Amino acid sequence: MKNKILRINNLVKNYNTMRGEINAIKEISFDVNEGEFLVIVGSSGCGKSTLLSILSDLETLTEGNILKNDSLKIGYMLQEDALLPWLTIYENAILGLKIKKIDTQENIDEVIRLLKLYNLYDFKDKYPKNLSGGMKQRVALIRTLAIKPDLLLLDEPFSALDYQSRLAVSDDVYKIIKKEKKTVIMVTHDLAEAISMADRIIVLSKRPATIKKIYDIKLEHKGTPINNRKDGKFSKYYDMIWRDLDVNI
Amino acid sequence: MSTSKEQIAYQRKYIRERLFVLASQLIIVSIMLFSWEYASNSGHLNKFIFSCPSEIIKTIIQMINNGDLYKHLFTTLNEIFLSFSLGLVMAFALAIIMYLNKIFMKIIDPFLTILNSLPKVAIGPMLIIWFGANAKSIVIMGILINLIVSTLTIYDGFQKIDDVKIKLFKSFRASKWQLMTKLIIPGATNSIISALKLNISMTLIGVIMGEFLVSKSGIGYLIIYGTQVFNLNLVLAGIVILLIISFILYIVVIFIEKIINR
Repeated sequence: MKNKILRINNLVKNYNTMRGEINAIKEISFDVNEGEFLVIVGSSGCGKSTLLSILSDLETLTEGNILKNDSLKIGYMLQEDALLPWLTIYENAILGLKIKKIDTQENIDEVIRLLKLYNLYDFKDKYPKNLSGGMKQRVALIRTLAIKPDLLLLDEPFSALDYQSRLAVSDDVYKIIKKEKKTVIMVTHDLAEAISMADRIIVLSKRPATIKKIYDIKLEHKGTPINNRKDGKFSKYYDMIWRDLDVNI
Repeated sequence: MSTSKEQIAYQRKYIRERLFVLASQLIIVSIMLFSWEYASNSGHLNKFIFSCPSEIIKTIIQMINNGDLYKHLFTTLNEIFLSFSLGLVMAFALAIIMYLNKIFMKIIDPFLTILNSLPKVAIGPMLIIWFGANAKSIVIMGILINLIVSTLTIYDGFQKIDDVKIKLFKSFRASKWQLMTKLIIPGATNSIISALKLNISMTLIGVIMGEFLVSKSGIGYLIIYGTQVFNLNLVLAGIVILLIISFILYIVVIFIEKIINR
């Protein structure tokens, strides 16, 4: 039996405006298993990012509850690398540790290990403007991994990159996450990206978001995201989820 | 690595252009000064009303020799320094409060807009009644003129910080102090430098205006006094000294900008 690290029960999110209440998320329930790569897909503005904000306590929920261990540490990786241009790569990588005041020697050594492992150590004294988009994204991931999260929330982390970098960086980030054995919830509106990376995909409806379907992604030869795109079952999943999304052009 | 012919040609063209611009500027200034000098000495211009470059230089040298220049310069620079630094500190504090307290911002927003559009010199006579005919009124005049523009410029810089970066800090549970000192203030450096530049020129305007209204020394006083006794040499000497002060202050701000952006 899989070990569950998070359970979301009947989560509802409403926003209050002067024009009335807006129902963004309408009753969502799901579990997150330890070590899995869970991807949430849905059309733009359906409430995917709101869900991640709620999970990381940046926003409050209206109804329902989230069951998790108090000691569960959550790391959040955003749509852009959000590196601070006035800090060096090293200073950016330890930013979370500094803010949380946990910049112990042990944690700093871990950041240095990650920088070395992912070929960024030689650039540690350089500034973000000297790095490529992909390298910056790797630094952003290391900044998130530095606080040793049990659960990683990825909010469309590749959306600011061009198509080719996107493929390469998603491959890169996937390998790092698997190597560091992290549990992930990623949201994206890119179906191919979702299928190529996910163990499980949750398809959300348009606003107000509800769960339309959940897919266990069982490819014939699961490998890295780029290779997974060539898998025989890839297009089958693509067609099924595309129909679920009910895209009107 | 050898430099290509095209690169050498490009560099030469660049240097030639720079020299041409500089030479043209020097020639324009020289022609103006010589024509002015000639017209005054030959009687084409009334020397009593228009003065001439040599008389202005003589007046400045005379003021240096009898120590008058230092007294007036010290007064004005002192007032500029006080208005500039007090105005900047107050603008910074006000911008931080406005940024952290949105309700406060909403409350004072219309007042700031109205005050910003008010010609501050109109308040000058009242300042003299309230604070006396002394340097205090002049410093307050300088602050009144630079404060609102500087506050709005710094606040605008705070507002422009990327939401994604703010979200990142919040995801790390950053305190308001950490948010301000590690993100908002360093991220608004360019706006703070713009505020410095604006503040310098505004302060200069405010202080000279204040000295016009009420003063017994200072460069503004020299100009007003010169006008009253019809000593145009003194008036123009005052203006030349003001030009030099504003140029030096501008260079200082550019120097600070270079240090910060290094």
